[in-house]
Amino acid sequence: MTDVRRRLTAAILAFGSLAFVSVLAAPLIGTTPISLRRVFDGSIPFADNVDAQIFFIARLPRALAGAAVGATLAAAGVVFQALLRNPLATPFTLGVSAGAALGAMLAITLRLHLSLWGVSAVTAASFIGSLGAVAIVYAMARARHRGFSTNILLLAGVTLNAFFSALILFVQYLADSAEALRTMRWLMGDLDIAGYGPLLAALPLCAVAFVAFAWLPRPLNLLSLDTDAAASRGVDVLRVQRVAFFSASMATGAAVSLGGPIGFIGIIVPHLVRLIVGADHRVVLPASALFGAAFLVAADVVARTAMAPVELPVGIITALVGGPFFLWLLVRQR
Amino acid sequence: MLRADSVTYLHDRGGGAAPPLLPDAGRFAQPGVQGVTLRVERGHVVGILGPNGSGKTTLLRLLAGMLRPESGTVTLNGRDLASLARPALARSIAVVPQETHLAFDYSVLEIALMGRYPHLGTFELEGPRDVAIAREALAATGTLALERRSFATLSGGEKQRVVIASALAQQAEILLLDEPTASLDLGYQFDVAALLARLNRERELTIVVATHDLNFAASLCRSIVMLSEGRVVAAGPTGDTLTSMSIQALYGVVADVYPHHAAGHLTVVPLRRVRRD
Repeated sequence: MTDVRRRLTAAILAFGSLAFVSVLAAPLIGTTPISLRRVFDGSIPFADNVDAQIFFIARLPRALAGAAVGATLAAAGVVFQALLRNPLATPFTLGVSAGAALGAMLAITLRLHLSLWGVSAVTAASFIGSLGAVAIVYAMARARHRGFSTNILLLAGVTLNAFFSALILFVQYLADSAEALRTMRWLMGDLDIAGYGPLLAALPLCAVAFVAFAWLPRPLNLLSLDTDAAASRGVDVLRVQRVAFFSASMATGAAVSLGGPIGFIGIIVPHLVRLIVGADHRVVLPASALFGAAFLVAADVVARTAMAPVELPVGIITALVGGPFFLWLLVRQR
Repeated sequence: MLRADSVTYLHDRGGGAAPPLLPDAGRFAQPGVQGVTLRVERGHVVGILGPNGSGKTTLLRLLAGMLRPESGTVTLNGRDLASLARPALARSIAVVPQETHLAFDYSVLEIALMGRYPHLGTFELEGPRDVAIAREALAATGTLALERRSFATLSGGEKQRVVIASALAQQAEILLLDEPTASLDLGYQFDVAALLARLNRERELTIVVATHDLNFAASLCRSIVMLSEGRVVAAGPTGDTLTSMSIQALYGVVADVYPHHAAGHLTVVPLRRVRRD
């Protein structure tokens, strides 16, 4: 067995069991204690089994949403860092989350209360907003060159982030306080989803992105050398950049419309994983997805229980952990 | 045999005079080449000389198939590079850039293994054979002892040799190098020159090297192509091409060129600057 195969197997086993345990354990923890044995006790009918109802109806969707969002944001973070050849990039660097936030906020402020197949107007609007941001940034990156300028991508993304933030503040300023409060809560990131509907809506998008992610790691390794070096080793650079950009952006848009712009997952997780498994994207990407799932589910348990019965938005927890970590990373970089 | 037939690449898209906003936009505004014809015979070492902005790098990128000529053709053993798929191209032609800055910290062996990319299927992981080829390439460049080291911790000369090893792992018949010694000190320059000479001798590797170092070119190259403002101004065997007259015409420097017996090749001693004409 070669080195990379061994490391890949070890990483998937280790981080996979971490993710599995966290998803299984998270629903057991909360203000009403339940027991895992009673949840899976087949002798009690489901209608009478309160523990099973709490587990499957009230808490499991949230744990699964946390896992899906965490895995998606962490994997997208890996892809964006490789695409931009910048270890400090996050899934939100290119303005995807700002576009999503603007969409969500418009839906909240305009009081769109429709919902379709369990997907609320806010969720749909935020996804549409993220697609808008992706389109603008991509058009910018292509405008000046026949190639695909990652520098312009970065600059356009940062500018778009600032511009959308100003729009958000502007609409918020005009909105009444109840709506402003809802918007604020949305911006903090929250996994308190109602049932499995939103999860099922976001999952196909994430699945498509993960198929692309399965193809990307090897070309991304070569892009870390240099675009020219990658091209001379047989990589179709433009195609890889395009697939990486669109798949990671779409996945980020889906994750953000599900859980809000939960920060720092997309940067802490890839870096922690790299410290453990090295730089090879074939290991880093799947390991980050699994560890991201475990990390966000755990952070959400802390958010739910730290100040119970008050539930904190999970974005506050990840930022409290992630902020100092990010600074440490910056100082550590030479 | 690699040959270019009246290759032109100007990529001046008309009115593109605005300076690039960002550093990497600069690569799209490199000097062009016009009507360049050259032949690189199998097993030869060819040097491309020319002042800054004369189109050396553009020519190398055209020869590597990374740029498509606007007119003219580049062929490898009679086949147009434009008709070859990228992986097939990479199995025939390998490129070593002037410098390599990694975005992430890979180990030396991982860098060498990246050369196996065009030999592997989409989802294929490297097998023992690929590892053996990569380690053999590291051994050939004298860097096998560093295989577990992180690339970022290496010296400039070690990095350049590891990158050459990565190109060797591609098992291409042609190696193109863009100023491989530009950022190296004298000792490492010597190492790289000796390494390339040995690879040419022992593996019959065909080598094309763009360089500013005339003595490096004199020691290594069987023939020389001189570029000025995107056109070939002189080409032929090194002994005929590398002369005081051609050097003065190319760089505006009066130089003495004579065979150095201890070195065993021509030596160029620059004497003074004159105006270029």
